[in-house]
Amino acid sequence: MKIVICIKQVPDAKDVRLDPQTNTLAREGVQSIMNPYDRHALEEGVRLAGEQGGTVTVLSMGPPQAQEVLREAVACGADEAVLVSDRAFAGADTWATTHTLAQAIRTIGGADLVLCGKQAIDGDTAQVGPGLAERLGFPYATCVKKVLSCTDGVMQVQRLMDDGYDTMAVQLPALLTVVKEINEPRLPSLKGKMKAKKLAIKTLSAADIDADPAQIGLPGSPTQVVRVFSPQARGERTIFQGSVDEQVAQLARELQQII
Amino acid sequence: MLKIDAEACIGCGLCEDACTFAAIRVEDGLAVVGDNCTLCGACVEVCEEGALSIPRQEGEAPADLSSWSGVWVYAEYRRGRLAPVALELLGAGRRLADKRSVEVAAVLLGSGLQAADEGGLEAAARELIAHGADRVYLADDSGLADFSDDAYGNILAELVRQYRPEIVLAGATAIGRSFIPRVATMLAAGLTADCTELDVRAEDGALLQTRPAFGGNIMATIVCPRTRPQMATVRPMVMKPLARDESRKGEIVRIEPAAAWLSSRTKVLESVTAALDQVNLAEADIVVAGGRGLENAEGFAMIRQLADTLGGAMAASRAAVDSGWIPYPHQVGQTGKTVAPKVYIACGISGAIQHLVGMQSAETIIAINRDPEAPIFNVATYGIVGDVFEVVPKLIEQLQRRSDS
Repeated sequence: MKIVICIKQVPDAKDVRLDPQTNTLAREGVQSIMNPYDRHALEEGVRLAGEQGGTVTVLSMGPPQAQEVLREAVACGADEAVLVSDRAFAGADTWATTHTLAQAIRTIGGADLVLCGKQAIDGDTAQVGPGLAERLGFPYATCVKKVLSCTDGVMQVQRLMDDGYDTMAVQLPALLTVVKEINEPRLPSLKGKMKAKKLAIKTLSAADIDADPAQIGLPGSPTQVVRVFSPQARGERTIFQGSVDEQVAQLARELQQII
Repeated sequence: MLKIDAEACIGCGLCEDACTFAAIRVEDGLAVVGDNCTLCGACVEVCEEGALSIPRQEGEAPADLSSWSGVWVYAEYRRGRLAPVALELLGAGRRLADKRSVEVAAVLLGSGLQAADEGGLEAAARELIAHGADRVYLADDSGLADFSDDAYGNILAELVRQYRPEIVLAGATAIGRSFIPRVATMLAAGLTADCTELDVRAEDGALLQTRPAFGGNIMATIVCPRTRPQMATVRPMVMKPLARDESRKGEIVRIEPAAAWLSSRTKVLESVTAALDQVNLAEADIVVAGGRGLENAEGFAMIRQLADTLGGAMAASRAAVDSGWIPYPHQVGQTGKTVAPKVYIACGISGAIQHLVGMQSAETIIAINRDPEAPIFNVATYGIVGDVFEVVPKLIEQLQRRSDS
């Protein structure tokens, strides 16, 4: 089974702090990390490849420094790594991103199974997984919390819904997006680290993947950001004073008025 | 790419502070942009000298944009019940449509067999009309009893191609966020996720879609100048539904889905409903949440009691979930659910940024924590600095006494 995992390098939210004075982000020294959900997609891919036999290729669209997360993925069990990188991709929205990723997957020979994290923690759109599946002509399931089986070209999975979960059968080739409940990602092995250090990462440009210039980067994105601003600071803040009983009484009074 | 006007740049560094991706730096008194720039525009916005710009190749808008008209709402219906967000979207859709002097239509897909006693889908369609829909496109088919990305997506995409609405809105629910991106891809339409604010630009009717990005720490307004329909998923509990008005008139248009539209490459084998208090979290008006300060699973009995007293839902921080005190479906925050209730009560939660991004859109935030320096107090409307094990039982007692009298 040929498994492709899409991973994204994102700024680490752990390093992001709110400045209490201005209520804006303090961004000094923000580190780049592998999108946390993608880590679970990777683990599931490595697990499935071990169980079913097959290869795991990690794929990322991003600037040259996104190589770091690809190497980390190899250290955690991926066999190969591909970076699609071109200045022409900058400013891509999810429509342009899915074109780029789909073209890249075709270029490297397709896939039986594509795994993505549920969403990336910087954009939070959750649109790339389903959009990529449609571009590839694959069926898909989002927010998968468990893979039950994979036999005769059919996967059985549990996918989270707002009111519980659905158990579904999905025909391969397919795409799944996963939530963190699905597994506990492994740490890099020593052997994996050695391999990652030596591995040549295949880098593909827009021309290499035969991308449609009208569907990549900012010019190929139907959505455009017209304004970025800080959310309004919250209004008045009241810290109650007095004995615990007095504070609780004040809070109960306020609560009763709001509800 | 980002254009830096070397004449205008004074090297003040405002852009550096505004960049989420650390992609712009001041070197030798001049801003320099790196390869990891995503063209988000945050630096352009903060530059006081007008030295930064992102040249757009907007060009002429395609001529046929004006042939797309009307506002559509996907009315989510599951297990014989309309999702509350459907009515919220009709409220928002009505407001947008009135500004554009166009109609509001709802698309209702499902199987009436699931709620035959309550009048099936026909009753749901009338409910949509009473809440502002001028027209309801209704596909009632036993093949739509289970949600399917394929079947639901095929039908919605076909209807959009046929009737050409300028705007399509859907709830940012598990279902909406799963199949709407496929529909947008099928239609080569722009799609904005999880919007919290919608408006139309007067001069060209562009839908102004505002959404939190980076976990709510920045807001972005997005438009789709060249494509139609303009599609958005909208966060539940944000838009206001119109008051129910039985006298509203509307037309129900029955759709007979073709067999090819109904075919699905996935199949639901079993659909499991979780316990009620887990599932209502995203829709709850009142959420009571517990964190590390509760010390063990028993601490959550107290949280449940407070939630029950207020008729609210129970939530938790990641620390509490990771400790195994409460299951994952209750988790609020970056790797859990995002909630925006009327009241959010955080008990023993310090307020790490990853938690704040999941709940800071709540109308009123109440924080109870022993540590006066806890970041949760920065976002709190009301705060009590004290021991949760003392404060919460007293609060439950007070509330019960008040409701009795």
